[in-house]
Parts: sequence; structure tokens; C-alpha cells
Amino acid sequence: MPKLTVNGIEVEVEAGATVLQACEEAGFEIPRFCYHDRLSIAGNCRMCLVDMERAPKPIASCAMPAADGMAIDTQSERVKKAREGVMEFLLANHPLDCPICDQGGECDLQDQAMAFGGDASRYTENKRAVDEKHMGPLIKTVMTRCIHCTRCVRFATEVAGVPDLGAIGRGETMEITTYLEKTLASELSANVIDLCPVGALTSQPYAFVSRPWELNKVESVDVMDAQGSNIRIDARGGQVLRVLPRLNEVVNEEWISDKARYAIDGLRRQRLDQPYLRGSDGRLHPASWPEALEALRAAIKKARPAGMGAVIGDQLDAESIFAVKTLMDKLGSPHLDCRQDGAKLDGKRRASYLFNSTIAGIDEADALLIIGSNPRLEAPVMNARIRRRWLNSDIKIAHIGPEMDLTYPSEWLGEEAELLAGIADGSHPFAQLLQQAERPMLILGSGALRRADGAAILGKARQIAEQTGMTGKGWNGFNVLHNAASRVAGLDIGAVPSKGGMAVAEMLSAARAGSLKLLWLLGADELDLAGLEKCFTVYQGHHGDAGAHAADLVLPAAAWTEKNGLYVNFEGRVQQGLRAVFPPGEAREDWAIIRALAELLGVNLGFDSLDELRQMLCASHPQFAELDEITPAKWGKFGSTARLKGGVVEAGLTEFYMSCAISRASQTMAACRKAAGQPDAAQAAE
Amino acid sequence: MRAAVNALRSFLLLELLRGLALTLKYFFKPKVTLNYPYEKGPISPRFRGEHALRRYPNGEERCIACKLCEAVCPAQAITIEAEPRADGSRRTTRYDIDMTKCIYCGFCEEACPVDAIVEGPNFEFATETREELFYDKEKLLANGDRWEGEIARNLAADARWR
Repeated sequence: MPKLTVNGIEVEVEAGATVLQACEEAGFEIPRFCYHDRLSIAGNCRMCLVDMERAPKPIASCAMPAADGMAIDTQSERVKKAREGVMEFLLANHPLDCPICDQGGECDLQDQAMAFGGDASRYTENKRAVDEKHMGPLIKTVMTRCIHCTRCVRFATEVAGVPDLGAIGRGETMEITTYLEKTLASELSANVIDLCPVGALTSQPYAFVSRPWELNKVESVDVMDAQGSNIRIDARGGQVLRVLPRLNEVVNEEWISDKARYAIDGLRRQRLDQPYLRGSDGRLHPASWPEALEALRAAIKKARPAGMGAVIGDQLDAESIFAVKTLMDKLGSPHLDCRQDGAKLDGKRRASYLFNSTIAGIDEADALLIIGSNPRLEAPVMNARIRRRWLNSDIKIAHIGPEMDLTYPSEWLGEEAELLAGIADGSHPFAQLLQQAERPMLILGSGALRRADGAAILGKARQIAEQTGMTGKGWNGFNVLHNAASRVAGLDIGAVPSKGGMAVAEMLSAARAGSLKLLWLLGADELDLAGLEKCFTVYQGHHGDAGAHAADLVLPAAAWTEKNGLYVNFEGRVQQGLRAVFPPGEAREDWAIIRALAELLGVNLGFDSLDELRQMLCASHPQFAELDEITPAKWGKFGSTARLKGGVVEAGLTEFYMSCAISRASQTMAACRKAAGQPDAAQAAE
Repeated sequence: MRAAVNALRSFLLLELLRGLALTLKYFFKPKVTLNYPYEKGPISPRFRGEHALRRYPNGEERCIACKLCEAVCPAQAITIEAEPRADGSRRTTRYDIDMTKCIYCGFCEEACPVDAIVEGPNFEFATETREELFYDKEKLLANGDRWEGEIARNLAADARWR
């Protein structure tokens, strides 16, 4: 632990920390462009120069390890002059086009030029001009503005794991390029936009749309995957204009996936903004709320509790799930399910469906087995964390499922489900590796859990966890990776069929057969909804996707940016999303629709406002009161001991860009998909 | 004695004559009133009148949608929306000024990095309805085309102090 003084203030920093970090510790801001906490040190912008005692010239504080007894001066005349000099050099070739630059108003160079630069330019020569580079549909490049900090190169190489970006040339002729003018093939590519300290890399879909000072900034949680990345929603008027990551060390650090960032243009298209009721001519006709709710009330009365079922979609907030659960319980219907993909998780044992080792726990793991999941597509930010663990340690990684490129080497054990039995009884070579590991970990994905023998796979996975010492003291290496943002909340609340209830697949076949009279879909679109003519189908959601097309009654609801809600990520961490804009047209928040319906049915749900609903939720499930915390789950018996059926294990997702109603409606996601070389998706709606 | 003098003064109507003399004096002095619609007073090159959006001599509109005028406007009278034009350049799709909100402070003109929005010399833009005072981009550009000569002359005259 070296001790040093910064401007006369003594600080003690961790061994290996840099002088720059020591200065921060002491409370002095050091200007920087190339240095970034989460990237390797480059030391090429020279903006962080500080004076060190007995050094003949200023030192680059970002690249100098802090040592015992150093005396650093960040306020000397020489440092001030050095900063002005570096700034002048940077601005020699940087165009003064701030008025047309999208970074204007949130630009590091702009801010630091104001704070640390000189007052006038002495440079009268021509400035350098650089060709624009193609980096795909998300990243707009104006390479003349580049100051060669190489943050983007380091991000692509180190964090994203796609070494497609690089620098060619030297000195003034240096250029950042994708070499072959190809799209940055990463699910995290757009993070380079945030990293770029100038306006060289800006957001293509957001080009010229708005200025940072015009936006209302609201803190929320991403629902495009189940990781619960912390985001900031920037809105102006009634429109969500962009999404930026929020720093959360234990969840997403400061990255978010491209889908989280750019699927929001889907929120403006294909929206349901008024109730629709299918008429006798077989077409959906606009209806008023009283008509729609009355139709639903009549259908519920006709169907009787035993003849109605509800399916909870992948992006519903916890309060609404709880409200539906309460209503279904009060009505006496056992047919409620939140497992749209048919995962065989009964929700009885909390440890059986959580990512128990937590995302931060990945940093300690030393062996990892991935079963039926493609974390690169299902939780790209978490995948980057696994990659970082692989970079920093000799973690052994293997996967069962289809062959895939995870941006780090992972041994492909095969895709047969029987392999699990081999690992469980210790005969498979990878079982030894897991056993030798101090902190072994396994990730069980929905590709395995949604199989018909999902419960048996869950049981085998538990067996593996127990036999390879994953469940020792202070460590639980058994992890389930969900794809749906609402799944853990649903399982926590118990939105699974109670005694005599039907799961999703059974509900659908009963609805086709006509024994289920009413099917209530709450944002559930990822189902095969063909042949439901005999059943009165109600779709409550925000997009005109598969569900709304199959429905006889459409109730417009708010999307996640339009309501306050709690979301539980796959670790079991409860996080709050705040409303950024109001729902379009006559759309209402889900809980309010459920409350209004209960009123019509003469059922007292016990709440009149979201606050009351939250209080009820927290009273019956205390973990929801602990915002941003994980309530650890107790280990126990779960899963079935039945024999595994043969066949292959699939990955949970095979498609990244279009995996939910919002992303399917998004033009940006369609463009990304095209750029990634995937065929044009037949839009589910239309 | 004093009473007699006062009586004489009143009797001779001296105040009246003095007043008439003043009137007569102004009668022969040069006139200061203007025959307004036909005559106008001189205005400063810095006069802040009706807004106009200017163009470059080649006809390209100057405004680049940087939104600095919108940000600086103390009355929040300006609304701008922008998107990339077909050639990729940054242009406004909407540039509205609510002239009923505007307080004619001239900050927009000060903020503009390309001298696009200016307050021209025109002060005669009264309208019959409120709605006519909600200027859009088309109207502002038309103003610019109409007043460009005078605006350019005024800017040139004031350039030394800017």
C-alpha cells in the first residue's frame, strides 16, 4: 500500500494503482482522454501530465504507478502550461465544428478545453481531414474529429472481444479503422460511442436529433434481457430519444447491450393506443375502455374461474404480476403461468432459479460450465464479464449446446443432453476440472430448461453442483440464466400454476381444444397462438405483435418506459424503473387495468394506487422491499431425478437483435440484423 | 402699486401674447414629427426587429441546427427539430419562433455561430391574428431573403464591435 502526497495531502492507495488514481483519491481532478477505468492503460493523450518531485519533466499520471514517498503537484504553473500545450496540440487538428457535432454539450474535449485549455488558437495552417469509416448501422463516424485516444480500439479488443478496430498509420496520419470496412460484430458495439471523448464516434440513429440539455433524464432498468442493466432514459416531449448506461459495478458496470440502447425506436411503432374488440366480421374494431372491460368481464363470467388462464409476458413489472396473481387467486383460477418459454422451474425453491453466484461472483470463478445457453446473445454484458475473468485468470470454460463463439475460448463438450449424466457421475473429464476448481460455476440456460425433460436437467445440474463443490460455504456456483426480465419476479411472486393448474403449453392446447374458454395474455408474444378460435383471447400489452393479432380483445398497456415498476434481474436483485414518458393514447398502466377489471368483477384486490400495491407486494414478499439488494437463497432439493431424455440441447436464444415485441418493431434492430448478415425477419406484426 | 401693475398685466393679456409668441417661434422651427407610414426615423444597425433566417450567397441556408439559440432564448420562444438531410448535413426540419413570446433581446443573434438567425431592421409586422405571429422556418427564410440587403449592411456596419 504505497503512501504518497498529492498537493501536500497524504493518501494511501492500493498497490498497483496509478498516480492518476491517487490524485483522484486525494480529491484532485486530472484531465484525461485516453485513460479509462475499465480499459488498459495507453498513455497516448498526454493530458494527464502532473509534476512529480525530483522528476525532470512532467509525468503522465495515468501510466505511472503510484510509489511510496512520491510527492505529486497537480497545481503548479508547469502543469498548467503543460495542459494548455497538450490541449493546443489536440486542437491543432480537431475541427471547431462543435455546433454541428452531436457530442456538443457532453464532449470531454469541449469541457476540458474550457477548463484547462488556453484562450485563443495560434494555429493558422490547414487542418487534417480523414475519411469516414463504416462501422455499421449504429455508429456514425466523423474521423476528422478523432484525437487518437484509442479507447474504442481497446474496448473492442479487450471488453467486446472482437478485435475488428485498430489504428493504421503513425503520427498525424494515424487513423482508427475497421480495416475491412465491416460492421463491428459485437452486441456491445455501441458502447464505443459513450467511450469516445470527442464526436468522432456518435450514435447513428440519434444523429442530430437532440441536444443533451433538452432531455429529461430518468433512471430506469433495462428489460431487453434479464440482467437488469441500469440505464438512463433520455426523453423529450412524449418520446424516448435515447438510452444510456448507468454505472452499477455489480450489475452492468458501465456497459449496456446494443439492444438495450437502440430497441427504443420500436416504442414509437406498432403501438397499441386504444382498446380493440373483434367484431362479428372477424376484424378488430376500436372500442372504448368501458366496452372493452365489460367484454372482458362478461367473458370471465362465462368462462368461470376453471375455464380461464393467464400468461405473463417477458417484460412485465413485478407489481402487475402480483396484481394478476392476486386477481386470479381471488377469482379462484389456478391457471397462471409466467414461464412463456415453458421452462421447467416450479419456483418452489428460490435457489433453483436464481443466478446464485451473482454477476460480480464471476470475477472469482475458476471453472465454468455453460449448459443450453448462449450468454453472448442472452446477456451480452455479463458475457463481457466472463471474458474479462478469462483474460485475468486461467478459468476453464466449457459449454454444452450448439457450437458458438463466445468471444473467449470455451471447450465445446457436445450438444447431447446425456453429457450431463456423465458430468454428474464424474466420468466426464470436465467433471474433474470442476471438482479441482476452488470456485466452480455452472450456468443453466433456458435452452436446456424448456426441454420436455427440463426438470430432470435441473435435477442433474443440481447434482453436478453438489458433487463438484459448487455449494460450499460462501459460494454458490449454481446459476440459471433467464432471458425474460419478468421471469424471476414472476417466480418469486409465485405466478406458476397452483394445484390443478395448467402450464403455458397445456393452456394453449386446452384453448385449442376449447376446454379453456378465456386466455389472458399479459404482454405474451413469444407463443404459437395459431388455432385459438374456440377460445376468447385477450391481449394486454403495448405492441401490435403476435399476441394482439391472435386476440379477440386488445387492451393497450404501458411499455416499461411509461410506468414506474420493479424488476428483478436473474440474480434476484430488485431494481426500480421510473417513468420517462406517458403511455400513448388511451393506453394505461397494467396494474390500473387489472384494478379496473377487478372493480367490474366485484373483487376487492386491496389496493387503489401503485403505492398500496407495492406495500402489499412487499408485505407478502419481503425481498421486494430491498431495492438494489439480493436476498440470498437457501440451497435445497429441487429438480427431478427422472432419467434424461436424449436429444440435443439448444441455446436459449439464437437471435439477438429481435427477441421481443419492442425489438421486433424497431427499425434500428432490423438494420443491425441485416448488417449482421441475417435474413430479413418477416415482421411478426403486419 | 403692485395691485395696479398686476391689473394692467391682466388687462394687456401679456401671458397670452407670450404664449402665442412661443407658438409662433415653433411655427418657424424645423418639424420633428414624422409623417409615419410615409416617413420613418433613422434606426441603428443594431436595431432588433423582426427575425429572419439568412442564406449563404449560393442559396444554401445558413442554419445548422446547433440549437444554441433555442438554448439561450430566455422566453423559450424558439423550437427546433433537426435530422440529417439527404446529403448527410445537419439541418433543421422545423424552426419555429413564437413572436408573441419573443422579448426581442437579441440573444439568439448573439448565440448563432453562423449568423443565420438575425433580428432585422423591420419593425412593421403587426398582424390581425395571433396565429400569424407563430413564425415557421419558411416564413423566417422568406424574411431573410427579403431583408438580406439591409441585414448584410447592418452586420457589416457593426462588425467592428462584434
